[in-house]
Amino acid sequence: MSSYNNTARFSEARRVAIFGGTHGNEMSGVTLVNLWTKNGTEIQRKGVEAVPFITNPKAVEKCTRYVDTDLNRAFTPENLSAPGGNDLPYEVLRAQEINRIFGPKGSPEAYDVIFDLHNTTSNMGCTLILESSKDHFNLQMMNYIKKAMAPASCLVLMNEHPLLKYSTSRSVAKHPVGLEVGPQPQGVLRSNIFEAMRVILKHALDFIELFNEGVEFPPCTVEVFRVLEWIDYPRDANGNIIAMVHPNLQDCDWEPLNPGDPMFQTFDGKTIHYQGSGTVYPTFINEAAYYEKQQAFITTRRETLVASAIIKA
Amino acid sequence: MVPLPRLPRVAVCGGTHGNELSGVYLVRELLKLQREVMKKEQEEDSKPALVLLVLSNPRAMQHCRRYVDTDLNRCFTHATLNGPFSDMAPYEIIRSRELNALLGPKGSPEAVDLVCDLHNTTANMGLCFIGYSDCDWICLHIFRHLQREMPDTPMRFLHFDVSNKESYSLDSLGKHGFAMEIGPQPHGVVRSNIYTAMKVGVQHMLDWVRLFNSGNVFEGGFVDVFTMVKHIDYPRDSETRNITAAIHPCLQDRDFCLLHPEDPLFQTFSGETVRYKGTEPLYPFFINECAYYEKGIALSLARKRRITIPAIRVQTEQEQQANEQGFASEEEE
Repeated sequence: MSSYNNTARFSEARRVAIFGGTHGNEMSGVTLVNLWTKNGTEIQRKGVEAVPFITNPKAVEKCTRYVDTDLNRAFTPENLSAPGGNDLPYEVLRAQEINRIFGPKGSPEAYDVIFDLHNTTSNMGCTLILESSKDHFNLQMMNYIKKAMAPASCLVLMNEHPLLKYSTSRSVAKHPVGLEVGPQPQGVLRSNIFEAMRVILKHALDFIELFNEGVEFPPCTVEVFRVLEWIDYPRDANGNIIAMVHPNLQDCDWEPLNPGDPMFQTFDGKTIHYQGSGTVYPTFINEAAYYEKQQAFITTRRETLVASAIIKA
Repeated sequence: MVPLPRLPRVAVCGGTHGNELSGVYLVRELLKLQREVMKKEQEEDSKPALVLLVLSNPRAMQHCRRYVDTDLNRCFTHATLNGPFSDMAPYEIIRSRELNALLGPKGSPEAVDLVCDLHNTTANMGLCFIGYSDCDWICLHIFRHLQREMPDTPMRFLHFDVSNKESYSLDSLGKHGFAMEIGPQPHGVVRSNIYTAMKVGVQHMLDWVRLFNSGNVFEGGFVDVFTMVKHIDYPRDSETRNITAAIHPCLQDRDFCLLHPEDPLFQTFSGETVRYKGTEPLYPFFINECAYYEKGIALSLARKRRITIPAIRVQTEQEQQANEQGFASEEEE
């Protein structure tokens, strides 16, 4: 990428992958990828090679999140270079295979864009997940998608936190894009959620096609929610959960949580209040998969990022 | 007025499916509080019922899965409980026999008097009682009691017309039994509103049992009962058996809203509507229950009818003895 008159130039985004089944029980992505593998007409765009791909077939077959370990945390440098062959956990082997096909991560041969399709039990609506505030290509794409979906909401979650950031399947690509749509129970396919994800991808591919044709996208601002911290459930001395997300907080993703607001409710009915120093915007509230990761919800703060103009190099 | 035997022993079971968390957390909480509950009963000088609190499938709970080898809540038929014993049996079959020893034996005089088995569903069903009988006055009166005490909670009585010989679920271990099913809740999640509804429902049930055992008369009346008629599966690909459509947006979350012939059922992935081709309007339920994909059920359909329930009270000691002598004479004959 080189700058000229503050317009960022990126090479053509020709190689695009659409990942489904990174978590085998998140059904929108599994269904869409299977559909497009059978008939890819919908995802065809001029100048784009869009590859639908099931990342965790064993987990999909068992309709479970993962078999040995969470694939969406498995793309660490240690895992990607680990020797050991078949002794390695299934998902580590998968990560190495995916890195071979769509990477190598960090190299010029890596895929240009990977869309990783996810569902959540949280009431997050349509969410795009950004891994870097400096990826102007992604920022412009997300701006395009948000405008195309309006008045329907599509929010951007940014996880750039040095300690909380994790090594996702999509991180193999130059421009990783997470799609998270909820609420949907694991193992269930809801028609409205499925169609919403389909529409997001349609706009995303439209953007890439326009970009590859040479369209210049002028500078823009993008509102994002920046990840601050994970909050765990209150637990007893043995590590057992002793409270639930409070009814006032349940389903209130993206709404302000102020110091003193109800946060948890113990099983015998007492309220535990949020003790932070300022207003935060919680999300991933009561995600099923996060009980074992000790995460009841995450806090974010609202930020406006500026994306420079972009054009194909 | 129908006098019925006392209910000295009640079982409340959670975690029959290890990822249906309201029951798991509620039974754990009740175990903690058990001493206080029994103390309160003594103070009120009511005839205490013994409440057995059971976590049915601990291994499935540990992994937060519905089951380990096979669905525990299908393992309580007489055939499965009394079949040949094997060390190699699936975990849930071993467990069903342990539960039968604890709460049963099924069909015998030693069985607990009432089993309440706690469940969650991803379907928008509110609170449902699920039972095998539409004339078990104990269960129907408990249901009516909850309806009156919890008027803001949508509540239905579901009847599966399965004979005692074929009954397969954990609640069939008791002399009386029903499942308390509450949704919508994703599996692996505890929603506070759902937990609270279950906690309050169980408390009202135990209160009813206490009142019943103390001699309270419960007036007759009527209850709307939904009797299961049939299941409908998803449209599937003939080769892969993968589903080719999702529950139609007009049907999603509309459990117990009457479904008429030609109403939308499914929306295919290419956007076509598949319609209900039955001739009789029926009430859908278990719409898009996660665990039923593998059982080939997208939704179930029921007929509704109003049934009359008689007034009931607990048998007096005389009536109880006469009853037992009656049984003894029958056995001698």
